[in-house]
Amino acid sequence: MLRACLRGANATARNNCRRNPLTSVQHCRHYTAGETSGATKVVAAGLLTVSSGIGGTILYAKWDHKFRAAVEKNVPYSDLLFSLALGPSSQEGLPIKKQVKLAIVVRCVFVTFLYCYGVCFENEVAFCVYMFALEECKECHDHKDTPVTAVVHPNTESPVAMEPLKERPVEEVAARLAQQDQEEQDILASVSASLEESLASSAKTTLQAIGAQEAALQAITQHTHKLKEAMEAEKSAQWKDLEAALANRTCAMNDASTALLKANETLGSLKSVIDKSKGLNIAAVHPLVLAAEENLHNMIVDLDKVVTKVQSAESEAKIVSQYSELVNEAKQQFQREVSSLTPEIQANWKGLTGKLSADDLNALIAHAHRRIDQLNRELAEQRVREQIHIDAALEQQKLEDQKALEKAVNTTLQHVKEEARLEQERKLGELREVMEAEMRTQLRRQAAAHTDHVQDVLKVQEHELRAEAEQVLSSKMLEQETRYRQLNQEQLDNFTLDMNTAYARLKGMEEAIDSHVVAEEEARKAHQLWLSVEALNYTLKTTDSDLPTIPLKSAAEAVRDSCHDNDFALALASALPEESLHRGVYSEASLRARFNSLRSLARRVALIDESHNSLYQYFLSYLQAALLFEDEQKAPPTQLSREDLDPFKLLSYASYCLEHGDLELAAKLVNQLRGETRRVVEDWLTEARLTLETRQVVSLLSAYANAVGLGTTQAP
Amino acid sequence: MSEKQLGKKVDRCLADGAIKLGTGLGLGIVFSVLFFKRHTWPISFGSGAGLGMAYANCQNDLRSHYLLHKSEKEQ
Repeated sequence: MLRACLRGANATARNNCRRNPLTSVQHCRHYTAGETSGATKVVAAGLLTVSSGIGGTILYAKWDHKFRAAVEKNVPYSDLLFSLALGPSSQEGLPIKKQVKLAIVVRCVFVTFLYCYGVCFENEVAFCVYMFALEECKECHDHKDTPVTAVVHPNTESPVAMEPLKERPVEEVAARLAQQDQEEQDILASVSASLEESLASSAKTTLQAIGAQEAALQAITQHTHKLKEAMEAEKSAQWKDLEAALANRTCAMNDASTALLKANETLGSLKSVIDKSKGLNIAAVHPLVLAAEENLHNMIVDLDKVVTKVQSAESEAKIVSQYSELVNEAKQQFQREVSSLTPEIQANWKGLTGKLSADDLNALIAHAHRRIDQLNRELAEQRVREQIHIDAALEQQKLEDQKALEKAVNTTLQHVKEEARLEQERKLGELREVMEAEMRTQLRRQAAAHTDHVQDVLKVQEHELRAEAEQVLSSKMLEQETRYRQLNQEQLDNFTLDMNTAYARLKGMEEAIDSHVVAEEEARKAHQLWLSVEALNYTLKTTDSDLPTIPLKSAAEAVRDSCHDNDFALALASALPEESLHRGVYSEASLRARFNSLRSLARRVALIDESHNSLYQYFLSYLQAALLFEDEQKAPPTQLSREDLDPFKLLSYASYCLEHGDLELAAKLVNQLRGETRRVVEDWLTEARLTLETRQVVSLLSAYANAVGLGTTQAP
Repeated sequence: MSEKQLGKKVDRCLADGAIKLGTGLGLGIVFSVLFFKRHTWPISFGSGAGLGMAYANCQNDLRSHYLLHKSEKEQ
């Protein structure tokens, strides 16, 4: 509502300003000032806002440490600013109400500032802030009496570092307890002894003091009584009594004072002993201490009573003595007067009734009259001044009474305080006992609980241990069993092994024997084979020139028969070419001769091949053969080159080979011929091949037979 | 025997040559006498023809191995 009003005011002001700019310059002074320099105004306003914000924050942070901590946490580098402005943050906590109050004060200051600022510069933002701050202030005022309880005194709540408590062993605990008990007992004994001693001594001295004081009292009363009597009666004997009484009194007073001093001393020592024993702080000592204190107090009280009595008596005596002194003084004055008047008369004027003369008597009577007058005047004066004197006396008496009262009040106050303290101590002692008993019951309960717990734990542990032990036992048993079984198995295995070895050896021996038999059989067979192969070999040699051998069929049959269980030999035997079996083979010599005969023919058709096979070529070839001369036999090189493939050369190589018995090489060389030459020597080559094949097979067979024979022969 | 083939062929050639020559000659003579008024050219012609035929036959025979015959080609 205030805001609305202010806004309205501003609006009207603005309107007024607009409507009459010239007339209401004064009114619009602030506003026009704001309107004319807008930019600078904005900048200044902004700067002011920022600085005021920072200042306000710093001020508030100074009062409210929580706020400071919050700002430091949320705004980076604010802690630097704060430490610069306010110093390091301390953790002292002001009382919450004071804090809140101060915060409120600061806030209100800030609010008022904002209001002024807002009013001055027509800043609606400031107004908003002001309103908000006002509301906040209201809240704060409402909650002033119910402060936020979240004030933390962090330092005060630091956890007390407890030292880890170790459980001492039982014996040690018991020993310590016993030791403690023993110590306590000792101390108790000593303390009680000392207390008793000091109590006794103090009681004695106190009693003595009391007795002395009473005696003094008696003496004083007696003395006063005597004094009164003496005053009234005026007998000489009474003066002596009085003096005796005075002497008695002084003596008694001295005694009383000394006794009092001694009693005070002992009481003081008792007090010190009590304090010392209190300082020991052992529970059992307390009742003793309490009793001693009570006794002390009683003694002090009695002593004080007696002392007060004595003092009152003394004061009375003082009054009486004052009175007596006054009387004595008056008497002495009278005596002096009388003596001045009648110097001859002696002091004891009462006994001089007969000795006085009439003048003296008259003088005396005149003096007496004068004295009476004087006294009457004095009396009148006294009566007049009675009130004043009475007042003065009353005042004095009041003062004295007051002093006495104060003293009495003090002493009674002390006594009462002491009594109260003793009462408190007694109550405390009782309470302590009660607590002790309760603690004992609780401890007993705890002990019972502990024993139960320990029992349970023991049961559990027993279970666990039993289970463990059983497990260990079972594992050990298992181990033993497995080992036993293993041993058994080993034994069995060994036995089996031995049996097996024996059996194997038997078997081996049998097999050896069998194999011997078999080997002999084999040997026989091999022998046979060899024989047959030799026969076959021989058949190869049975040849005439130009005629093949006899057919090898029978020999091959013989060989096949002799090796019908031998695949290798069978294969070899069946590898013999058919021609050799049916027709036989040519010998090497015949082949050689044949070659020699067909060499010339081969030479004659050397030029003829697929492309050159006309009659003219034939003629040329014949001419070449007639005109070309080559070596009859030439050793063939290890490697044939292109030039060596010339038929003439090849034929000479082949002749050489044949002459040297190498049919194979000759056949190979002849195989290189091409064309018509090749056709011419084809048959020869086939025959040569056949022969070579047969010879190869036969040589293999013989080698095999030899090998088998060698293999089967037994070494001696 | 392959080495004897050539000899056989040559024998055949010669025989054939002789026959053809003789036959050609004879026919030539005959024709010369009969039809060509005893000129010598039919004789030489006949003998030449005969010789030629024999030459061709010989050559063909000697070549016969290297030629692919129609039947082989078809196969």
